Amino acid sequence: MANSVASIERGKLDRGLTFRERIDPARRITLLAAGAVIALVLMLLVFIAFNGVQIFTASGFSFDAIFNATWNPDSTTAQSFGILPFIAGTVGVMVVAAIIATPLSVGLAIFMAEVAPDWARSVAQPAMEVFVGIPSVVWGWLGITVLVPFLRDDLHGIGFTLGFSWFAGSIVLSLMILPTITSITFDVITSIPAELRSASVALGTTRWQTIRHVVIPAGAAGIMTAIVLGMMRAAGEALAVQMVIGNRGVMPTSLADPMSTLTSEITLDVGNTVAGEPWNQVLWTMGLVLLLMSFGFVLLVRRLGRRRALG
Amino acid sequence: MSIADPPARADAPEVTRPTVAPSSLSTSAPIKLQARGLNVYYGAKRAVRDVDLDIPANAIMSFIGPSGCGKTSILRCFDRMNDLVPGARVEGTIMLNGEDINGRDILPVEVRRRVGLVFQRPNPFPMTIYDNVAYGPRRHGTSNRAALDEIVESCLGRAALWDEVKDDYRKKSGLSLSGGQQQRLCIARTLATEPDVVLMDEPCSALDPIATLKIEELMADLRARYTIVIVTHNMQQAARVSDRTAFFTMGEDRSGYLVEVGDTSEIFTNPRERLTEDYVSGRFG
Repeated sequence: MANSVASIERGKLDRGLTFRERIDPARRITLLAAGAVIALVLMLLVFIAFNGVQIFTASGFSFDAIFNATWNPDSTTAQSFGILPFIAGTVGVMVVAAIIATPLSVGLAIFMAEVAPDWARSVAQPAMEVFVGIPSVVWGWLGITVLVPFLRDDLHGIGFTLGFSWFAGSIVLSLMILPTITSITFDVITSIPAELRSASVALGTTRWQTIRHVVIPAGAAGIMTAIVLGMMRAAGEALAVQMVIGNRGVMPTSLADPMSTLTSEITLDVGNTVAGEPWNQVLWTMGLVLLLMSFGFVLLVRRLGRRRALG
Repeated sequence: MSIADPPARADAPEVTRPTVAPSSLSTSAPIKLQARGLNVYYGAKRAVRDVDLDIPANAIMSFIGPSGCGKTSILRCFDRMNDLVPGARVEGTIMLNGEDINGRDILPVEVRRRVGLVFQRPNPFPMTIYDNVAYGPRRHGTSNRAALDEIVESCLGRAALWDEVKDDYRKKSGLSLSGGQQQRLCIARTLATEPDVVLMDEPCSALDPIATLKIEELMADLRARYTIVIVTHNMQQAARVSDRTAFFTMGEDRSGYLVEVGDTSEIFTNPRERLTEDYVSGRFG
């Protein structure tokens, strides 16, 4: 830095940055970029929060009127804006999708990191990247043309009357989050020091014992992070879910029944409502709930990250 | 004794131990490990050339020599760790208690259970001290709590770590120990699988002098029960701790070979080979 050279020449202590040095281009550009991102996030939060509370402040609905289980927005006699079905639906598809995707993704990541010969890895990794790039509408399209008819026609006997269901949404989502969980888990596992594996192998254990008792425990916090990030993606996905889930605003009771999620209901209804009326305002509230859920996930990921750092 | 026999445990009677009095002289002791015509290749490169070597039981043998002379490669042949290195190939025979450890019907995991390895850098698992030591026995089928408690306590004792950790070894992470303590923990963990032989690959190179001294004292104690092979770059260490010393160097083709092996006092004071004399007197390497 020019400043420190100057101060050495003068043989004096650093006098701090001058105004000109403080606003050098690198500082200005990076500060501007960072400031813009922070401002954008804050503005988004304030905007959604402001709109999300209108149903309570402007339209005078009580908290209980919104956080209840009856969704009946277009009835003239018993109109009700309970959003609990959608919160439950989002949590429901997210959890079931994670339950389906986790064993597959973690297994695949372990295979690629610990077991696969080089040629298999060089096939699996690009395949994973292609997987990530498949647009959600394609997943939804496949779901509606392949999965839903299969459930309706072949699993009719066990309750899939329509095919459109909680289960169909979860299956589609599980495929969409599979590469997310797999690639993060792969990175976590490959970053575990090789010395730990050698230590285990040198004690006369098998490869499976080493994976089961050293690799997986050492990567547990990181694998949890991968699962949470996968669930975040599942919670935020709208289009593919909307195409297969059936979109019925009722509390989910059976995996075989149609239901709806926060995201799918927002995309479905936002075009049918008028700004300022309660139905539109409650959609904003649903958006706010979704945003708060994702903040919760971010906090969870950060906590897990700290646990990883502590080892 | 078959190599596939289950190893003796702290809770089992020691019938499978070789019957050697700890006082017997290293030179007259029975041969524990024997290498004949040992060659190690990494891909096309020959790293070790035609090594014939006898390692006596219940003694400490040190491997010395300049960097790249194949000491560690040879060490890793004794517990088949070279199996895990892609492109590595081992030729020749290695006998443990008179049995070929590369034999067709021998499982590498069995060899590694009977021949422990302590690494250059301490590498405890990220788990409690107790779980670190109990790791081997648990994987090999000991689930009885009392038996595990006894193994852990006795191995920590034999590794001279017990007094320092006895208050919190069930709760404290192995990673929270100092470098020297971690290395003794790794030794305890190795002893817990009841090996015949303990291989040490420059076990003190990452440690300070006081921690090094503790490990050296520990090795002297362990000699009564185990056969120890130590690779070291520190000639004073080899002179201090070992009964026998093998000196390796690197040939024209950059492959390592054995120059001479003998009682440590002979190697350091009256070596037969000029190369050895140059090395131990500091004129080379």
